[in-house]
Amino acid sequence: MDSQLTQYIPILILLLVAIGAAAGMLIASVALGRWANRGRLQNRAKNQNINTPYECGMIAVGEGNTRLSVKFYLVAMLFILFDIEVVFMYPWAVVYRDMLKTNGPVILGSMVSFLGILFIGYIYALKKKAFDWKS
Amino acid sequence: MSFSNSGNTGGETVIPSSDSPSLNGVTAAIDFDEPQKSYSLLPKQNSEVPGELLEVAMGPHHPSTHGVFRMDVVLDGERIVKLKPVFGYLHRNHEKIAEGTSYLGSIPYTDRLDYLCSMSNNWGYALTVEKLSGFQVPERAEYIRVIMAELTRLVNHICLVGFLMQDMGAMGTPLMYAFREREKILDLFEAASGARMMCNYLRFGGVRCDLPKGWLDEARKVVENFPRFLDEFEALLSGNEILIARAQGVGVLGKELAVNAGITGPMLRACGVNYDIRKVDKYGIYDRFDFRVPLGEHGDVFDRYMVRVLEMRESLKILKAALRDIPEGLIVDAKAKSRGLRPKVGEAYGRIEGPKGELGFYLISDGSANPYRYRVRPPSLINLTILEDMCLGLTIADAVIILGSVDIVLGEVDR
Amino acid sequence: MTGQLDQLFVSLKQWLVSFLPQAAQPMAGILLSISAIIGAFATMFAITTIMERKILGRIQNRLGPNRVGPFGLLQPAADGIKMLTKEDIVPFAADKLVHFLAPVVLIIPVALALAMIPYGRNMTAVDLDAGILFFFAVGSATELSVFMAGWSSQNKYSLVGAMRAIAQMISYEMPLVLSTVSVLMMAGTLSLPLIVQAQSGYIYEILPRWNVFTPWGLAGFVLFMIAATAESNRAPFDLPEAESEIIAGYLTEYSGFKYALFFMAEYWGLFAVSGLAVTLFLGGWNAPFPFLQWVPSWAWFFAKLGTIIFGFIWVRGTLPRLRLDQLMNFAWKFLLPMSLINIVVTAMWHFSRVFQFVGAREMRWVLCALVLAIPYFFLGRALGEGRPAKRNYKFAE
Repeated sequence: MDSQLTQYIPILILLLVAIGAAAGMLIASVALGRWANRGRLQNRAKNQNINTPYECGMIAVGEGNTRLSVKFYLVAMLFILFDIEVVFMYPWAVVYRDMLKTNGPVILGSMVSFLGILFIGYIYALKKKAFDWKS
Repeated sequence: MSFSNSGNTGGETVIPSSDSPSLNGVTAAIDFDEPQKSYSLLPKQNSEVPGELLEVAMGPHHPSTHGVFRMDVVLDGERIVKLKPVFGYLHRNHEKIAEGTSYLGSIPYTDRLDYLCSMSNNWGYALTVEKLSGFQVPERAEYIRVIMAELTRLVNHICLVGFLMQDMGAMGTPLMYAFREREKILDLFEAASGARMMCNYLRFGGVRCDLPKGWLDEARKVVENFPRFLDEFEALLSGNEILIARAQGVGVLGKELAVNAGITGPMLRACGVNYDIRKVDKYGIYDRFDFRVPLGEHGDVFDRYMVRVLEMRESLKILKAALRDIPEGLIVDAKAKSRGLRPKVGEAYGRIEGPKGELGFYLISDGSANPYRYRVRPPSLINLTILEDMCLGLTIADAVIILGSVDIVLGEVDR
Repeated sequence: MTGQLDQLFVSLKQWLVSFLPQAAQPMAGILLSISAIIGAFATMFAITTIMERKILGRIQNRLGPNRVGPFGLLQPAADGIKMLTKEDIVPFAADKLVHFLAPVVLIIPVALALAMIPYGRNMTAVDLDAGILFFFAVGSATELSVFMAGWSSQNKYSLVGAMRAIAQMISYEMPLVLSTVSVLMMAGTLSLPLIVQAQSGYIYEILPRWNVFTPWGLAGFVLFMIAATAESNRAPFDLPEAESEIIAGYLTEYSGFKYALFFMAEYWGLFAVSGLAVTLFLGGWNAPFPFLQWVPSWAWFFAKLGTIIFGFIWVRGTLPRLRLDQLMNFAWKFLLPMSLINIVVTAMWHFSRVFQFVGAREMRWVLCALVLAIPYFFLGRALGEGRPAKRNYKFAE
């Protein structure tokens, strides 16, 4: 196996340990909770009021997971757009100082122009009131 | 609609159908014996409320509705498109009980109206009965009443600001600061009346008992130290960027609407209407004191907050003067009679400037030992009526602080 | 002696592993590091909860928990036992599997993120070449879990809370990630231990070469901390759990140990993001002064981490909460442009190294600070637009 991948073996182990620990604790607590509350649970076998969704003591009207305002999804889309820009920025940032010694103006100019285009898009979104929540 | 709740007791409780859980009268038959099945019987889509709107009951068991108050809100995302206040969960039949009790017997009940300000509630009631029966209040008792009422105002306003900040999410720090000062004042109440909150201190034509020895000095100390606390409080809050952003321009109440809806107290003054019953009626001995009435301009949450803070400073002026000038003498009218009081036939409306607004009592006497009619004008309830007008178009977070700034106590709203 | 103390945990691990056969040693080493991290941070979670309650108590003029054990120090243990033996309540309309999985899904990315951070010299559990990228990649997965929790509960408060959480977290992800770019430009690497190394050394033999002491570093640190507060749902950005508005947000239907796991994952996330702040801006495990280098490196790391967490607690005890639209405006109209400008400033900072004249270093400082200060001023003004100035109140006689 090449070294790039062997780096990630600890991650895999940690993943398994974390899943095991979290799920194990949860299952243990569910079992313990059943055991510790067995008296109460028997008495309450029929009355399931406690398992209704919490709505401040009222009975919920309508569905608990309806569609919500489109504003939320707009934010998600903008996020994806800008997040991709960040991905482009990472490799540039890493090589920036090395490149500066050999080819300074090019590396600076390329990213400044990229940021400039990004800024134009940002200002467009701003003017279109994509970031305004009041409207 | 019938709720059958047959647990292991075997008994069956039927909740009256008037208490409909839904906003628009859509009711659902729920049988808790078979939960899974019955839950699916709930309306999936609501006939009146379009599909993408969310219908949420905020309350009665909500952390920031100041008790068992309920707001049925319809939300579009976070924006409120409809709000219906629902109250009555704390109804205790106060007025009807008072009609079956002697005049004296109602005083402890008035404590429990607005349980933060029992002293001023007592005063409102005592004032009405004095009007009805014509008792004169001795000088010293008048001073004691003013002192108690203004201390009550301090208690109420600092609690309000603390709770408002709590609603705004300030993790209880301002509230705890406020409660530290409140404790000192409650200690004074306890020393004077024996109880911290349910004081039951005023009597027709005076007060129940004289102030204990040294009480006035203690009170002076509290009053002297209070401005320092207020400065600290304001340093923490008034200039806070987040508070300003949250409170300014939120929950704006116009002058006209406020007057038409009968809003009183700091809420009305925050809209810029100069109306303070202490100045208008000059009841008691308020004409002897030099104090000003702070007025807001915008009628938003921030103005309501600031008006209360400034009012506290004015109250301190009154307190200082009253504690300086209080004379010796009788504490209750010699002719006054508490037990077996039978005022002559007639009616009276007495009102005071309670910390929350105009607190009025209306009494009709038919000459017997009980009032024929007893009616309270609760400032909390009347100030609450315009909640929807202030909240529409704003978010849940705004609704919560607007409710906080209205300053309600459910004991008074529901009576 | 100093070196031994510094490498205490590393040598301990090597000593323990040396008992095993050769083939099992790397695996055992990994397992040991992982369990050390999980154990250490579970303990730290317990300590932080009690300290937070104590400190908040002091801020608020009260004592805080003081009943269980000496000074109430055993309170977390009591809480844990209580949580463990609670009845597990699942609403019958809920999506039971998703409801169960949400806390598990939350704890995994947080634990992975914790493994990336260099806690001391040679003390990185998982040393990846692209450590910081991995950190943000798994860090974003927490949003998924939050939404799972909110959606599966079939509760309107949970739903609103989850929506708020998603909107908030993805909005603040941008400045969080962008503010780190300037550090990468400085260090020229994505590996977190190497970023720490790039900050070692001292200017004039006394001032630490931490990133926070440069104009772009300071701006980046502030931006990062604000975004981190929002990412970890701490006050004043605790809208997803705003208890005075939406009960407990996406946690409304959680009780018992599921709730405890959420709580723990949230604190772990706080540790992870604070640890990243320490690594990127505060010089990681480097000592602040050369003459303090005898103190073990991990002690420095945890001291800095503790300071940052204390800052979080302090802020929580002081500030009220923002509203959702203000929160969004702040992220998109202030933090995002500021962090983009910060990148440009950093590029300028490095580019201006070519100028070599007397006072060039100071000139560079002032210039970069100015380029940051001007947009700060104007963006701040634009953000507060439409708000009246200080109000004056009239009095009626």
